[in-house]
Order: sequence, then structure tokens, then C-alpha cells
Amino acid sequence: MDVGILAYGGYIPKSRLQRAEIFKAHEWFSPNLKGLAKGCRAMANWDEDSVTMASEAARDCIPENRRGNISAVYMASTTFPFLDRQNAGIIVDALNLNSNIQTVDFASSLRAGTAGLIIALQASTGVNGPVLLTAADKRIAKAGSALEMTSGDGAAAFLLGSGPIVARFLGSHTESEDFIDHFRSEGSEYDYAWEERWVRDEGYLKIVPTAINALLEKAGVTATEITTFCFPAAARNIAASIAKKTDIPESAVTDNLQSTCGECGTAHALILLAKALETAEPGDKILVTSFGQGCDALLFEVTGNIKKFSPRTGIVRSLARGRPETNYNRFLAFNGGLQMEMGLRAEVDKNTGLTTHYRNRNMAQRMIGGKCRHCGTAQFPKSNICVNENCGRIDSQDDYPFAERTATLNSYTADRLTYSPDPPAYYGMIQFEEGGRLMSDFTDISSDDILQVGMKLRMVFRVKDYDTKRGFRRYFWKAVPVDTAKGG
Amino acid sequence: MATGIKDKVAILGMGCSKFGERWNDNAEDLVIEAFVEAIEDAGIDKSQIDAAWFGTGIEEQHVGKSAVPLSIALRLPNIPVTRVENYCASGSEAFRGAVYAVASGACDIAMAVGVEKLKDTGYGGLPQRSRGAVNDLYWANASAPGSFAQLAPAYCVRHDVSAQDLKRAMAHISVKSHDNGALNPKAHLRNKINEERVLNAPMIAEPLGLFDCCGVSDGSAVAIVTTPEIAKALGKNNDLTLVKAMQLAASNGREAQHNSWDGSHFVTTRAAAKRAYKEADITKPRDQISLFEVHDCFSITELVTMEDLFISPEGRAVNDIMDGVFDADGALPCQIDGGLKCFGHPIGASGIRMIYEMYLQLNGRAGERQRNDNPSIGMTHNLGGFPHQNICSLTIIGKEGA
Repeated sequence: MDVGILAYGGYIPKSRLQRAEIFKAHEWFSPNLKGLAKGCRAMANWDEDSVTMASEAARDCIPENRRGNISAVYMASTTFPFLDRQNAGIIVDALNLNSNIQTVDFASSLRAGTAGLIIALQASTGVNGPVLLTAADKRIAKAGSALEMTSGDGAAAFLLGSGPIVARFLGSHTESEDFIDHFRSEGSEYDYAWEERWVRDEGYLKIVPTAINALLEKAGVTATEITTFCFPAAARNIAASIAKKTDIPESAVTDNLQSTCGECGTAHALILLAKALETAEPGDKILVTSFGQGCDALLFEVTGNIKKFSPRTGIVRSLARGRPETNYNRFLAFNGGLQMEMGLRAEVDKNTGLTTHYRNRNMAQRMIGGKCRHCGTAQFPKSNICVNENCGRIDSQDDYPFAERTATLNSYTADRLTYSPDPPAYYGMIQFEEGGRLMSDFTDISSDDILQVGMKLRMVFRVKDYDTKRGFRRYFWKAVPVDTAKGG
Repeated sequence: MATGIKDKVAILGMGCSKFGERWNDNAEDLVIEAFVEAIEDAGIDKSQIDAAWFGTGIEEQHVGKSAVPLSIALRLPNIPVTRVENYCASGSEAFRGAVYAVASGACDIAMAVGVEKLKDTGYGGLPQRSRGAVNDLYWANASAPGSFAQLAPAYCVRHDVSAQDLKRAMAHISVKSHDNGALNPKAHLRNKINEERVLNAPMIAEPLGLFDCCGVSDGSAVAIVTTPEIAKALGKNNDLTLVKAMQLAASNGREAQHNSWDGSHFVTTRAAAKRAYKEADITKPRDQISLFEVHDCFSITELVTMEDLFISPEGRAVNDIMDGVFDADGALPCQIDGGLKCFGHPIGASGIRMIYEMYLQLNGRAGERQRNDNPSIGMTHNLGGFPHQNICSLTIIGKEGA
């Protein structure tokens, strides 16, 4: 049976740090960065990490009503927030999936995303339900490094299996070479990278063509049939050079999004694939490659189902809704690049009792509240006695998930007193259209956004608090204006 | 059928420390300052106190847990002492304990003590702290000003009031409290301000600027209560001040979780006010009550509270405020001592401090700020928590026969 992509989605954070601003700060020391000082890079908010971005990409990919039969959730990243606590498992909660599910993290290489994709496609033939693969990266680069300029933050997600696939998987090939263009070892905060010219000539231009040629031969497809060629590396014109070397038509080479987004680590090849699918036509042949201690190459053929599916927001709109960020210091502060004076209010211990966390995980990570089976009142959190004063039944609440519900704004403020990594803290009372309410944190609000009583909001999965003492972070849901979330 | 608290308990003596930045005093020092004034006013010996209630909100900043710190500070003779906490309404809670003890006949003389030492945090405003292990998982990152600020947009929508008109009325409230505080030697803030300064102040939590917020203070207040009979026996014949009503209402989660609340008013205040007026036999509060102390933690709180206490008609508080009704020389003064805004807000002491001012006014002992129209009934409104989740404690005191 044919397997392939059933659904796809992506997520690019809203802020776009202008590279000219980075260069302005570092020109005195590294005038050579000037060549990179164009366009912008996607910049995660302070409350975003690879897990939250992967969760948003997955929500973009699969609506609530398509989540019931998922058999596995894979996550790929080189920047997992947790090294020993399964990150894919957090996504299971964010999507409110069943617990009878396989979860796997793919790590340690910029090839992890495509490796996960290949494994997921292979695995989906032997399981009962589709496999969800997510990939996300939020790479931390040294201030003034080329990587700080060329990288971006983002995520992609794919639902893989058989059935009404939008793209058929024609095969893959992997070349494995311990070619160390860069590395990050245990305990290191930053990458250590070698000369770009060597990486280009001996890495990209030798290892990638080898993988492509092997794949095309296996699949019985000629290079000239390729309509879309995705190669994620940030280096300029490199995809075109590879295409030329392998006889792939020049017109097939996709934009690597360097000017609008930056290279999103191990997610980037998948982001390019998701974007390509948004505009693909039936019959298109999409070649996806990645690079990291070798090369993965995957080939897909777009089917007639492609027009029947579209992600909720998608990469194209996610890119279009970007908001220019001109404050490089804010980027540094969010990414630990500055020792900031946060004030005494920031000293509060954010310890989380792991028993408390486990007992309340459905409330906090799945945003499950309750709905009274007697009076129909929805409430958050769920409680043993119905909040409706005219009901008050005991033990009458069934689980009721709120995360995918739309809310309206009842009241709000912009708080400059409470500690926030990005003051002011925006929050307010939001009211869900089908019932229930919450005094909720807002996120992704900028000072020129206009908040108004009655405006529509939706929930996003974010970091609630960082416990810097113990290295823990807790996740919860925050509200964003619907227009902001959808873009445009 | 409950008969209520009216006229069953008399205030025998009260005391209040100077509020402010008491850098060189521990909480115990502030308690003693208020206690000495109260016990002298009561004209009794400490050994005559049968039981005490100790109200404090954020004990980890000063005395620590339990009532023991009070018993030690005052060297009480092993009598029952209970520590109570009910957010910023903790002082009123201590007063309620003492009043109920006397009314029940369990005690002849009981004492309520409230204290807070908030200026040891290293910064202004209430301490940033955990809200409880489970709450921390999902509560918004909300401060007090940010929570109360939200009354403003909700009120504007509910009553079709422009943000500018509301902000001006709020400014009037703060200017008035500073005028009043200037006349109060125990007040934390004694400087006068004007409307322009309020409107141009830095934003704390939109739309609350710096002068829309009360400061936090160090301070203590004490009340000693007994039965009217014992008060008379102790020589307080002519000017008994009696408790007319004490009502408390706690949110049950409706405002926070149920969509029947629009965020523009206090559900608890309305519930408690109805009961308090009934308990005190007050049918026309605007005409019968001489003056008010309300919980003006923020200017907007005072504004909506005047409606929730059924003093201003719904949606009309802005007009009453701008007409000067609640000014010191208005028809119905509110915060004549400067309020939380300027007298200060040591949270465990504040409820008792409000009663202290009413007590002084009823007895003609309020010095420069004394009302000259023979006030006979005073009402206090002490609120703890947030608009969407709070405790409202109301006390009405009055002269015998009032």
C-alpha cells in the first residue's frame, strides 16, 4: 500500500529580527558580517522553545477531529528543552492525544528531522494509525557569529501513513559520513564551526549529490523530472550548485528562506517541504535533502488530494504575518546572551512539585476543563462541584478540552509591575464561546497591537515559567488575538 | 433566626501606629505602638483581655506563622490567641473574631490586632510570590494593579463611559486622598498632588498610573471590644461606639469561572452590603451613613465600590465623584483619613485602621480632619484578593441609638 503525507503544517514565530540590527551591534568587531546583514531571521518569543513550536506546527497540521487514531508522535530537534524527559510526550499532551501511542525523540544532527521523516514513513506501514512527525529548532548562537545571522527559529509537522495522501513517498536514500562541519558537545552552550568553503566543496557538493543520485536510481526517476528541490543549508546558491551537478532543473530549486526566516536547524528541510506542498500541483515530484554527518534524500510525488488539504495557517502565511523586531538586545535577553538586571521581583522561586505537576497535567498541559452533564456549564479548571450557582452538582463534570476553543476578551491590562521577561505582561479575562473562562496570560502582543473588549482570541501552548534553579520549565496555554495567529 | 451583631458589642479602645516606611522597626514594634494607644484608650489592664485575634497577610515577610509572635510581643498571659489571614481583609477578620467572641458571651473583653511589615522586600508594591503550588500551574502572571486595572475596561463597556472620563474620575479620587492624607499625622503619604500630575504619571498597569495605586506600608492597628454593659461599667458612659454590622462575603469561583460576571463590579461587595444594611437596619445608606472608608487599593476600586455599596446608582459613580460628594467637605466623605492610598496599606492592619478612623470621627477625635456634622454612623469596606476572586469584609459602627 502507498504511504505518504496525509497532512502537513508549520510554524514560524512572529518576530523577525532584522539582520541589519545584529550587524550594527557587531560591525566594530566583525565587519565581515556585512555580507549576511540583509533580510531578517525568525525569532522565538521568550516563552517559546522547540517543544512549543513543534506543538504549534502539529496543531497547524492536524485539526482536533483528525487526532483520534494517531499511533505515534515523533519529534526531531537539536535543541530539545529536556535531555532526559521525552519531548515528544509533551506534544502528546499539547495535542490532547490518547496515551496508547508510541513516542520517540530524534536528536543529535541537523539530519534528525529528515531521519525522523524516513523512519515515520517506514513505520507507518506497520501500524494501525498514522504517525505524526514534528521537527523544531531554536538554536542558540554566539553573539556576533555567522550562525546568529543565518539561523532562525521554526517548526514543521507531518502526518504520515496511508489513505488520502497528498504526496506519495517514492523512496529515500541516506549517506552517512562523519563529516564534522560543526558540532556541539555535552555541556557546551554553543556550536563550534569549521570553514564554510571546505563545508561547501567537500561536504555539500560531494555528499549531497551522491545521495541524490543513489535515490533517483533506486526510485527510477530521472533528475529532470524533479519539479521541486529542497535543500536547507543557509549558504548562498548552494542548492543551485547541487542541482546543476545532479541535472535537476534550475527551476526546481526552492528558496531556502534565508531572507525571510533563516535556517531553522533540523526542522528546516521539513519547513521547505511543507511550504512546497502549499503550492504543489498533482504529479509534482519533490526531492527533499538534508545535511548533517551525511545526507538524507527523500522523494515524494504529489497526488490529486493536494487541493483537498490545507494547513490552518501554513508556512506561507506564517511567514507573511511576521513582525519586524529591531531591538537586538531583546533577542539577546531572550536567548541568554546578556546578563540582564531583572529586578528583585524576578527572584521568586518557580519550583514545581512533580507530584503536583503529574496530578494536574491534564489541566496544565492539555487544558482540559470540565463540562457539567446536568446543566451543560463548561468551566476551567474542572472541579468536583459545578460552578453554576443554580446547579452545584457534585461529581458531575466530564472532561472538556479548551485548547482548541475560541474565546472573546472581557477585560485586560498591560502590567509593568509584575515580573515578565518581556514587559509589560499582557493578560486578562477571556471567555470561551461555548462557555468557560480564564484569567489568562496573553502572548505575542506588541505595543502597537490594540486590545479591545470583545475581540477574538485563541489559545497557544507556551512556557509558563522557567525554574532556573533546577532547570525545569512548566508549560501552559496563553491567549493570542485570532488575527495575529492566522496572519494577514 | 439569627439576630445579627447590632448593638451587641462596643469598641472599648483603639490604637494605630504611624504608617509608612518604618525602616527601623520590626512588626512587633509596630504592634506595641498601636497596642499601647489602644489599651490606654480602653482604660484597662492587659490581664483583662480574655482572647486575641491576630491578622496578618504575608507573614513570611515578617513575624512568621501562628499567633505566637503576637502573644510573645505583648507578653499576653497564655490567653487564647488566633492568627487569621484573609488576603488584605485579614485585619477585618481579626476584628470579626474578637467581636463574635464578645457577642457569643465567650469573652468579656477581646482584642483584634493587625500588622504588616511590607517594606522589607527590597522593592515597592506587594511581594511577588507563589500563589500556591496548583494555582502557579495556570494562574495568569498577575499583579494586584494588573488585576484591578481590568475593572476599568469592563466598566467602560458596561456603562458606556469613555476611558478619558473614567480616568479623570479616578484622578479625582487620588487627589482627594492626598488632600486628606496631608491632614493626617499618622499617614504614610502627606503630600498634595493635582489632577494633571495623576494623569501624566508613569503607567503601572494600564490604565492605572502610579497615583492610581496605593503604596504599601509598615503599620499596625488594634481594637479592644467588649459588651456595651461592661463598657459602661468601665466608665464609657457617654459616647459608646457600637458595632452595627459585620458581614463578609467570599467569592465561590463564579467570577473567575462562570460567564455570568462581566468584570465591572464586585459580586462579593454587593452580597455583603445587602446583608450588612439589613443587619444594621439601614434602608437608605446614602442618607443614613455619615462617612466611609473603602478599600481604595486602586482608584478604580473605590469608584466601582461606591456603586457596589449602593451609594451611587449603577453607572453614576463618575458623576458623584466629579461632583465632590465623597470629598472631605462633601455630602458623604470617603477616605477622610487618606485611605489606603495615603494613610497607607500595611495589609493585615488596614481593616482595623479603617475602623479606627470611623471610631475617631464618631468620637470627635479626628483632629484637623474631623467632620463637624456630628457623624453617627461609619462604614468600612475591606477587600482582599482580586476582582475575580476575593474576600469582602464590611463593618458598620455607630453611636449608641444611631
